[in-house]
Amino acid sequence: MVDFGGWDMPVQYPAGTIEEHLRTRTHAGLFDVSHMGEIDVKGADAIAFVNKLTSNDVGKLVDGQAQYTALTTPKGTVVDDLLVYRLAADHLLLVVNAGTTDKDWDWINSNHASEAVELNNVSSDYCQLALQGPDAQKILQPLTDVALSEIKYYHFTHGTVAGVAGIISRTGYTGEDGFEVYAPANHAEQLWNKILDAGETGTPTGVLPCGLAARNTLRLEAGLALYGHEIDETTTLLEANLGWICKLDKGEFIGREALARQKQEGVQRKLVGFEVTERGIARDDQEVLIDEERVGKVTSGSPAPFLKRNIGFAYVPVEYANVGQEMQIDVRGRLVCAQIVKPPFYKRPK
Amino acid sequence: MANVPEDLHYSKDHEWVRVEGGEAIIGITDYAQNSLGDVVYVELPKAGDEFAANESFGSVESVKAVSEVFTPVAGIVAKINESLADEPEVVNSDPYGEGWMIRIKMAHPGEVDSLLTAAEYEDFTKAESE
Repeated sequence: MVDFGGWDMPVQYPAGTIEEHLRTRTHAGLFDVSHMGEIDVKGADAIAFVNKLTSNDVGKLVDGQAQYTALTTPKGTVVDDLLVYRLAADHLLLVVNAGTTDKDWDWINSNHASEAVELNNVSSDYCQLALQGPDAQKILQPLTDVALSEIKYYHFTHGTVAGVAGIISRTGYTGEDGFEVYAPANHAEQLWNKILDAGETGTPTGVLPCGLAARNTLRLEAGLALYGHEIDETTTLLEANLGWICKLDKGEFIGREALARQKQEGVQRKLVGFEVTERGIARDDQEVLIDEERVGKVTSGSPAPFLKRNIGFAYVPVEYANVGQEMQIDVRGRLVCAQIVKPPFYKRPK
Repeated sequence: MANVPEDLHYSKDHEWVRVEGGEAIIGITDYAQNSLGDVVYVELPKAGDEFAANESFGSVESVKAVSEVFTPVAGIVAKINESLADEPEVVNSDPYGEGWMIRIKMAHPGEVDSLLTAAEYEDFTKAESE
């Protein structure tokens, strides 16, 4: 167990990180992600208020739809990345990272002016379980009356799972199909056990409970950013290749001006994916060398259990940020060759 | 419960030593491999490299973490387990056998006497995991 933003969480379950990772890619993995924070925004100005705070366009959402977005600083850097769920035209639920929940809560409140919204930090009311992998729908369907096949990617519905009422969302952080279920926190154990039973855990092709380490390797293989690594208050969304969640034409929002200027002038550095091309594993914070010069740092580096390669993300000056660019990584004093590749490293078969 | 063979010597850094003549075969313990998780990469020195006692001779990497490995005895590397390059996972499956790491020609063969016995190591790991 490790401390993770104040939560005691398992790095891995007995099967081990590699098996957990592979099972999620081939069948299903179950993740207890109850540590994630939830902030409830209710009122006539809910959409306008959240649109002021975030870079993506909340106005594009319909009821029952979710959106990946970011809370931005005036500099266009990232307070946090999050999902916005539209429960109703006057009711949004923000799902934020565990380690940043308190910071986000303060940030959101400090930017609340005269908008007609009621804000509630409901993080401790919810548990969140993520069932991910190609078998996710097959496992979850017998536990609910909701027709899961009708929930589209990044959409959700209210419904009961194993007798527990909650939100069923077709979202995830693994690069696989799957669902995230939000339910009252006191039902977490019941829900966890029922899903494991339904997924025939303990059999060679059954669902496996997965820890933080597999969650990290799965998201990295899928090319997804992790707050505190690829993005933080020193990196702008454009540098992090998250221009697709910057809707500069949606109207004013915190950081819009800075992002618009940076878009016009161009970024100085850029987040790139890389693959190690000789023996060795790049790790977080190791330095990147190009033409013998130290030009950047690894933000996440790890073995990729499904791809069986050693991969990572790094920031490099924009003039080097091209697919195929050779670089070296200082792996504890040994220079290891790597090459820039285009993320995602892994894409699931459709 | 971790496996701790009787006939080996142990270090507090969780390496084991098997003495064969004037040479010491070194690897990491069952307890160590279990705490590390799936081993995906082992970095070893070259034959001929010389190490002082308790000096780092390489590293073992799991998916999540890197751990240095230390030689409990001084000497010159006579041989390394080259098969770990392609099959690092044998460190997990057979830590005291196929998962051995290096064979050292000991500079001071008496050094092994200062290492932990199996019983002492077992007590040490119990205290550490409490």
